[in-house]
Parts: sequence; C-alpha cells; structure tokens
Amino acid sequence: MGFGCVYIANFLVQAVIRGQRALGDGALALLGGAPPLWSVVGANPAAFEAGIQLGMTKAQVAQFGNVQICMRSETQEKAAHAALLDAAWSVSPRVEETAADTVVLDLEGLTGLFGADENIARELARRVAAIGLAARVAVAAKIEVAIHAARGFPGITMIPAGEERQRLGALPVGVLTTEAETLDILERWGVETLQGLAALPVLQLSERLGQEGVRLSELARGVRQRSLVLAQASSHFAEEMELDDAVEELEPLSFLLGRLLDQLCARLEARALAVRAVRIRFELQPSFEKDFQTLQKDLRTKPGVKQYEKVLTLPVPMRNAKTLLKLLRLQLQGDPPAAPIQKIYMTAEAAPSRVAQNGLFVPCGPDPEKLEVTIARLGKLVGEGNVGCAELADAYRPESFRVARFVVAGEQSKRRGKSGPNAKEHSDTRVAVTGLRVTRPAQALRVEVRDEQPVRVYLRGMRGEVVAASGPWRGSGDWWQEDAWNQEEWDLEIEFSPPSTAGPQHRCAPSRQNVNSIDSPRSASASERMETKPEHSDRRHGLYRIYYDALCQGWFLRGVYD
Amino acid sequence: MPSSSFAALRSQIEADLRGRVASPFAYRDRNAFELVSTGIAGVDALIGGLPRGAMTEICGVACSGRTSLLLSALASRTADGEVCALVDARDSFDPLTGNAAGIALGKLLWVRCQDIEQALRATDLLIQAGGFGMVAVDLSDVPTRTVRQVPLNAWFRFRRAVEDTPTILLLLEQEPHAKTCASLVVRLEAGEARWTGAAVRCYPFAKLLRGFSVGGDVVRSRIQMPEQRVVNIRGAQLKMGVPLSANRRVFETETIGGK
Repeated sequence: MGFGCVYIANFLVQAVIRGQRALGDGALALLGGAPPLWSVVGANPAAFEAGIQLGMTKAQVAQFGNVQICMRSETQEKAAHAALLDAAWSVSPRVEETAADTVVLDLEGLTGLFGADENIARELARRVAAIGLAARVAVAAKIEVAIHAARGFPGITMIPAGEERQRLGALPVGVLTTEAETLDILERWGVETLQGLAALPVLQLSERLGQEGVRLSELARGVRQRSLVLAQASSHFAEEMELDDAVEELEPLSFLLGRLLDQLCARLEARALAVRAVRIRFELQPSFEKDFQTLQKDLRTKPGVKQYEKVLTLPVPMRNAKTLLKLLRLQLQGDPPAAPIQKIYMTAEAAPSRVAQNGLFVPCGPDPEKLEVTIARLGKLVGEGNVGCAELADAYRPESFRVARFVVAGEQSKRRGKSGPNAKEHSDTRVAVTGLRVTRPAQALRVEVRDEQPVRVYLRGMRGEVVAASGPWRGSGDWWQEDAWNQEEWDLEIEFSPPSTAGPQHRCAPSRQNVNSIDSPRSASASERMETKPEHSDRRHGLYRIYYDALCQGWFLRGVYD
Repeated sequence: MPSSSFAALRSQIEADLRGRVASPFAYRDRNAFELVSTGIAGVDALIGGLPRGAMTEICGVACSGRTSLLLSALASRTADGEVCALVDARDSFDPLTGNAAGIALGKLLWVRCQDIEQALRATDLLIQAGGFGMVAVDLSDVPTRTVRQVPLNAWFRFRRAVEDTPTILLLLEQEPHAKTCASLVVRLEAGEARWTGAAVRCYPFAKLLRGFSVGGDVVRSRIQMPEQRVVNIRGAQLKMGVPLSANRRVFETETIGGK
C-alpha cells in the first residue's frame, strides 16, 4: 500500500488541551467567534455527553456547572499543526499538508525502516501521541481513500487494495469534503452513506450535480486518484502560550516554560534536530505606577505593550528540555522581568544534533549539557564575566586578555598533544616556567629611587631593601586613545624588614615617589588585609614585578613571582 | 559452617547488594592511584606524580614555586587533551604566563572568585559536574587564618566527590589544612634567584631575571609508589620503600616570554 493519513479528530479542542494540559479529561467547551457573540465551536466527548451542542452561546454553556469554558486559540492550533507536520516528517520525507487536522504521507520505501504497513501506522500514532495529540491513522493504496478512512474510522485502519468501496461504504457522506449545499441535497435524496452514494448512476449524478457529482461518486467508490502535493519542511520552531491570569513568580513560570520546552524538544526530536539557541519573549502586564511615570515623562507618547526578551545561546546543540529549563531559570533569576507575564512566546533555533563519539583515544571531558548548567551556576555565583576561558589579545598592553565563553573540548581540537601552541614543546622539555601571580587591581607602592633605580620599597607598612633589580623595561601604547598607557617595569628581588612607620631616609627623586593607596571593590576586604600583614611579615625575601606609571605618576605592584 | 553455606550466603549478599555495591567482597586498595606527570621531572621523581581521584595539597610561602608547579601541571594535563578548571580564589592567574607555560587556555575553565566562600562553592560545583582532568583550587593568597576556618567536612566532601573519578584535585595553600583528606601533601620552599650578569658595568640593573630554584619535601603521602612494596607483618600492611629526602632541590624555574 502507498499512503498513510493522520487525522486529528476534534482538532480545535486537542490543540487547546495540548497547550494547557491542566485542563485534564473533564468536560470542555470551546468558544469562538467575534465578541460578544461567542458560540461553541468545539467540545470534547465529555462535554457532548453533558449536553453541550455546537453553536450554543456562552450564556447557555455557563449554565452547565461542570463544563469548563475555553476560548479557541489560533496560535495553539498553528503550533499543533506544525507539531503534527514534524511528527509526519519524522516518518516520511514526503508529506502533504492536506488540512490543519490532516496530513498524508507517502509510505513507499519505508518497509525497510519500520516493517509492515501496520507497524508504520502504529509508529505514526505513537509519534503523534508523543507531541500531545491523539491521532487516527489509515493506510490505503489511494490518497483519498486513506483520508476518508482516517476521518471515518477511529484508531488504526488498514484498507487493502480492491476493498476500498466495501470498506468505505459504511461511512456517512459527511466525511466527504464538499460544500454544505451539496450535502444538503444528498440528505434530501435520502443518501446517508458512501455506499448509497456509490450506488447512484454516475451519468444522472453528473446531470444533477455537475462535475462535483462525478467527483463525489469516485470518492465514494474509492477509485479517485491524485498525486501528493508535497509540503516544504520549515526550520521555524515556535510555541506560544497566552495566560488567562498573569504570572509573576518564577516558580509557576517554570512550569509553563517547561511545558513549552517539552513541546519544542519533542518537535525537534521528531526532526532529529537540536537546539542551538532559545529565544523567549514575554508580554508583560502594564503596571499602573510605571504607566503613570511614563505618562508624566512624555504625555504625547502612547505606551505600547511592554515586552521582555531573553536569548539563551548554547555552545553545543542540545535537546534536553530539563537542562534547557535549568539554564533559562538561571538566566531569569539573574534578570527577572519587571512585571507579571501575560503571554509567552518561545522560538528555537535548530541545528543538527551533536555527535557524541569524539574518538577512541580522546580523554573524556565534561558532559556539555552538564557543563553548561555548571557554568551558568558559576556565573550566577561569581558574575558572568568571571567564568570562562582566557583569550589573549594581540597587544602589548599588560593584562590584555578577555574572558571568553568556555566551549567544551569536543568542539575544539580532538587530537592529543595538539592542544596549545606551546604545550608539546614544554611537556617534552620539562621546563618549569616562572609563575607570576598578578595583583588585581595593581596595588600602589612607595618606592625610593636613587640614580633612577629603585633602592627601597614600602608595601603595606613593610619596608624592603632592593637586593637585585632588572629594568626599566619601558612600554607604551594607545597614545591616540583615551586609555593610553606608558609604563616602566622592574623585576625586583626584595629583602623585607619589620614594619616601619618612618618615612624614607634617602633622598628620593620626587617624581618617582608615590604615597597613595588605592583599593577597589575587587581588592581584599579590610579584615582580610589586616590578616595579610603577618603573611607578608614572613615574606622576608621575594621576587616582585613592579611598574612606574608615567601617566599616573605613581608606582604599582604588578605581581609576585611564585 | 560448611563451605557451601558460605558460598550461598555470599551469593545472597551479592544479589541483595546488586546495583548498589559493585563487588562487596573484593578488596579495594584505596592507596592505589593512577599517577600522572606534573610536567616537571624533579617533582615527578619526588612524589611520583599527581594522583587521580584524590586530593593533593601544595603548600608553601609566597615565592616558593607553587604557581610554577601549578602552571606546569595544568600545561601537562591540557597537553594531553584533558579539560581542566582553575578556581582562582583571589583572581591572581596571569593568562600570559599560563600561555607561555604551555597551558591550552581554551581547555582551561577559569573561575575568578573574590573570596574563599565563592572558591569553595565553585569547587563543589565543578567536582559535581565531573569530567575534568584536574580541578585546581588556588588559595595561595588567602590568609592562613581564613583557610583554617574552613570546616573539615568541606575537605572530606571534596575528597569523597573526587574518589573513583579521574579528576585530580589540587589545592594551593600557604599551610596544609585538609588534614587526612589529602592523599598527598607537598611543601615547597624557595631557593636562590638566578640573575644574568650586568651587561654594562656602569649600569648594574641591565640584567635579567632567569628564574629561581625550588626545594620541596613530601609532608604526607598515602600514595603507593611504584618502587614500594607492601609486606604483611602480623596483618598490618607496611610499605617498604625508598625514604624521601627532606628539603632537596626539586626544580628550577625559567622566566620565559618576559624580558
């Protein structure tokens, strides 16, 4: 057999329930139309059993105490339809977008993947169920037969070639896609089933209904053939949710985000794709105070809908909804929306799934998804700019580097021993490079200079005699910019003596003597600085790198050799 | 009790513990670690290497060569393709020196902390994430009094977290604080600085800092060295090995990439 059809019965209701699973299995009536003339456009079986009928007004439905009332949501219908297409594409690359609730697949050549046609139909039903929709599936040799069988029979239906007329005969004429007037005519003739329609002579039917009559007769007999109109696969994955009550706190918002992420990830999984970036946009509830302020600032400008946007960019594609939710939560905790949220719009930027196997001889690294969560938590702990990998800038300015985003090693070089430019060289030669511990920010010093050479250093109340020195090593740059630099560096070997409150005894060059003390928020706290003194009292002898800043006219400690 | 009953009892216990304990009756030597090179031959000869799945403390005063050893160890690990993490308690890591030492900066996750509390929490997160070849915690500039206030259970938790993992947990401090949680404690001491001679007699400061020598000693080690053998005397296991010399010169640093 050649074609399979997936039909979502009661699509309007299923689309709403897919978006709001909290609605559950209770009776549900769906209202649509222009306000205030809302009427019932759909209902689930429980609501029909309770007495709800299509076309009832909202007031009539409100009299049923046990029936929930929901508004029809076109955005959720679009999302459900897109998800249905994704599920179909996960089985066959040739898919027709017949209607919002119906898709047809070409099953030719799928036997090698899924087995017999029954297995394909079951797999289709399972994948559609995974995206939150209950499907009817029919498989037949002809497209129209499959469509009518799916619309007419519940569950999975297999119609072998040659039995189309017999199997479709029991279906009502209402399953045919035609105008309502034609159906009324058939009803007046007393034709209720396809069997009855198929029994009518084609010539007379043509005389009364025209070409439409011939088409309907062919459909009823299951002999009409047509080719598949292929749909183009879209790379746009979006989910939307409109909230009846605005959400303010992060905890309930997480549930909603989790549900949207589940739906997105299920759709991506169906297409064997992963997420490269997630964009969320919230429509915020206008608050009175802020509106009042806005009005005060500019009375002529009408405030629009307030929006909040966030982009979660991932270093590696991933599809784990829980991980994505954790990352989103961490981002939102750091920068929460300023007002309650009315509407959530989420889109995913798709990318091919990550290849897990790196190589047999490559050491195992951190799991990229786990690592991303860890980095996000570390960022929350120490600040976003303080976690990552250092990237050196191509400049002579001291401390010219930036902290870039850390990408897991799998994305980098996978060969052993090729990790860094100097790695191999140094691992072979076994030379221990003299380590420099940098003081950030550079600490102000008082230096006595004699004959243009430092002879004594005062650091945190300690006095040190310079035993050996190397310098000055002059450097300058960026003189054409505001942040120009001009420094003279010295490497000093200093012998410290106990603290002294006395000033410098030697004659000093006035321009090279600095008595300022500078501290910044990143420097040690006062209590820790007090505790640091005994540490330095032990540091009788040490190697330091200091510099004279010609622009600030002062001496500073760059770091300690260790 | 007959041997068949023992066997039945043993198999029953194994069946009950299946999924929770891999092999309840297998002897597990907790001192058998996989050792990896520090990147410095002298240090490797002294300690045998850095143990995986264990905590190692490198202690010493300022200018004692701790940072040089850290850079070498990180360079060695990243050169082998491992991903490493550096928890920098006082933000004192110099990427330029690190690059000169051979560290593949792209494989080093650098966490710049502002105090010891952040550093400990960051370490916890990194160890729990797993997969790192080395997690180095640099507490060198944190005052001893502050580090001493870290409760012992924090070190114990770190030790348990890295156990049975390929991660090397390396602590840099002024004094050892992890007590028995550390499998290896090494103390470093600075030696003499090496300068080149002045090229110009009238200008004595026209010389270069070549580096300095570093001495070291093993304060405590639970590592079973390759040359050690275990003898069983009345049920107690004693390690017979080569005695470690105290305060011997371990390595010399070289100032490169500078002046």
